[in-house]
Amino acid sequence: MPSELIHKFMRIDHLPHIWCAGCGNGIIMRDVAVALEELIDDPEVNLNRGKVVVVSGIGCSSRAAGYMDFDSIHTTHGRAIAFATGIKLAHPELEVIVLTGDGDCSAIGGNHLIHAARRNIGMTVVTFNNDIYGMTGGQYSPTTPTGDRATTAPYGNIDRPFDIAQLAAGAGASFTARGSAYHARETTELIKQGILHKGFSLIDVYSVCPTYYGRKNHKGSAPEMLQWQKENMIPAARYYAMSEEQKRGKLLIGTLTHTEFPEYTQEYAKLIERAQAKK
Amino acid sequence: MPEKKAVLMQGNEACVEGAIAAGMRFYAGYPITPSTEIAEQCAVRLPQVGGKFIQMEDELGSMAAVLGASVTGVKAMTATSGPGFSLKQENIGYGCLAEIPCVVVDVQRTGPSTGLPTSPAQGDYMQARWGTHGDHPVIALSPSSVQETYTLIIRAFNLSEKYRTPVIFLMDEIVGHMREGVVLPSPAELIINKRHISYRDGANKQCYFVPEGAYVPAMKPFGQGERYNITGLAHDVSGFPTGSNAVAGDLFTRLMEKIDHNLDDIVRVEEFMLDDADTAVVCFGGTARAAMSAVLEARAAGMKVGMFRPITVWPFPAAQLRARLAGLKRVLMVEHNYGQMLLEVQRVAAEKLPVGFLGRIDGTVISPADILKKLREMEA
Amino acid sequence: MLGMKKLVLDPSWCKGCGICVAFCPKNALELVDEKVRLRQDNECVLCGQCELRCPDYAIWLEDLEE
Repeated sequence: MPSELIHKFMRIDHLPHIWCAGCGNGIIMRDVAVALEELIDDPEVNLNRGKVVVVSGIGCSSRAAGYMDFDSIHTTHGRAIAFATGIKLAHPELEVIVLTGDGDCSAIGGNHLIHAARRNIGMTVVTFNNDIYGMTGGQYSPTTPTGDRATTAPYGNIDRPFDIAQLAAGAGASFTARGSAYHARETTELIKQGILHKGFSLIDVYSVCPTYYGRKNHKGSAPEMLQWQKENMIPAARYYAMSEEQKRGKLLIGTLTHTEFPEYTQEYAKLIERAQAKK
Repeated sequence: MPEKKAVLMQGNEACVEGAIAAGMRFYAGYPITPSTEIAEQCAVRLPQVGGKFIQMEDELGSMAAVLGASVTGVKAMTATSGPGFSLKQENIGYGCLAEIPCVVVDVQRTGPSTGLPTSPAQGDYMQARWGTHGDHPVIALSPSSVQETYTLIIRAFNLSEKYRTPVIFLMDEIVGHMREGVVLPSPAELIINKRHISYRDGANKQCYFVPEGAYVPAMKPFGQGERYNITGLAHDVSGFPTGSNAVAGDLFTRLMEKIDHNLDDIVRVEEFMLDDADTAVVCFGGTARAAMSAVLEARAAGMKVGMFRPITVWPFPAAQLRARLAGLKRVLMVEHNYGQMLLEVQRVAAEKLPVGFLGRIDGTVISPADILKKLREMEA
Repeated sequence: MLGMKKLVLDPSWCKGCGICVAFCPKNALELVDEKVRLRQDNECVLCGQCELRCPDYAIWLEDLEE
């Protein structure tokens, strides 16, 4: 019998999950559950649990949808955001949460990511970004750092990596943020902000894959990989107080962009009014 | 009774109007010739009836958005042509496995790859059946006139909702771009199926539970507090992935049987002047127009020719064709491809009588004269 | 005793990754046979850092019932 949180918001009949020992995905999935719990319990927000739809694609990350006790759909590889677009546009009152991975959303599904960001359609995308294709056994992904090794990069990866949050921001996403498995509290807060944001939001959460990425690249155990996040990923309050020299090589944990644009489904509602007035 | 109004419509337009009459309120698509008018018309018409239209970033996303809309309980459609139909296939398979109703219109054009984008063909017939991987059920319907496009797309939605499966609406450039008069039935004349959304066995609320004697689960739309799971993995009745070969086998078998055991309900054919015929011209879709003229010309010349036209092209109407073979001496398959439905006709008829073939893959249209010539050759 | 908490462990859910052990500020946890447990004479302050980062939901704080 796990904690009340897990019992309440996850399908405990299907736990423990399939992820490896030390996989960061379990931490991030818990962050999502806490964010939803707090918004459901918050009388100011009063998020309706029955209106939450969790959408995922394919890959390690995407198994999360099946564990979360909401309406959930585990779709095809790369298409989570496109399915989510149909769900949201058909029923804008639904709160759509997309749980995806670096490969799922920035390689095979990259097109849907940038276009959903461009449209500013109301959904919250949480990437479980572990720098690798874990489900298939450790091939390099669009976020694998240059020079790192993977089963398909036996001589070192010559690709340059994406920064998914910046990619989404560049495509026009109105809310982008970066979190990490280590920074669970900060990440939970960013996910909450993303859900509250009326428009497309993306929280790129750095996970850890000790089994395929870590071992191949001598990054140490899961605790050592999280220690790296602790030392090199800096929460906003501290990050912005640092000198440029101190910031070198460090990554911000916090909001990257937060702007207000008209949300797509709300604009569509206005379009319907115009079409019906003209008829 | 108010006067029936006859209006001039293009096939692609009739497809949209029929779909809206069937209750379609969501369209996601990507522009592609010769289906683009369907997207354009949906962009105009759907907001007028409170529906939603979205031009997606690609064909894969269009198919995904349609499935997403459908799980929220909205009747959804997309339209495309060959290249886009290829791109949509993975998600069509997802719809088959996860049992998500939707209608996929393919206005066929000529050739593989980019081919001849503005020319007619029927080369996607086999793809409509086998385009997505793995054993899966498919229903495909093919209209031969603008009028039939209107009524048959309604049937496509009805079958899709009833059997919870994607239905392929296999049009061709001939019908898609043709303009002719259409008499629109009044809403009262239309039969519109609704989705089974309330559990038929009150005790068992598992989303993929199918009671004894039924073939299709009743699933509530998302957003109603049910909190169930949908996956493209083999799943059990609760909707969660299974590693059991027995459970997976039962699921895959039920998916096939829900179609195979309901052929009487699903399969429709048109039979024209077949009762005393010794020769049957078999054709589907837009090809039927030339075939019908050829039959009439042949009759005028004293030849005993009739036409057999599958309206439901998948499952192939094997029983209906078999029932006709007794009186026939020969069958001529006419289609705008290199011989695709021909394989089905041969499977049914080849052991009993000669099966001739007239096909075309150069982007031109088979004429009644071409068919008549072939009929004379066969009779000689 | 309003607001009082206790630490709960479920070794059957523990996969032995050692994250909770590494980030416990009071060094109150240890792995034995790849399962987490509280050290004897531990100085657990019920801060909840372990629950926050346990990927397997095997350790958590629970309200003490009266």
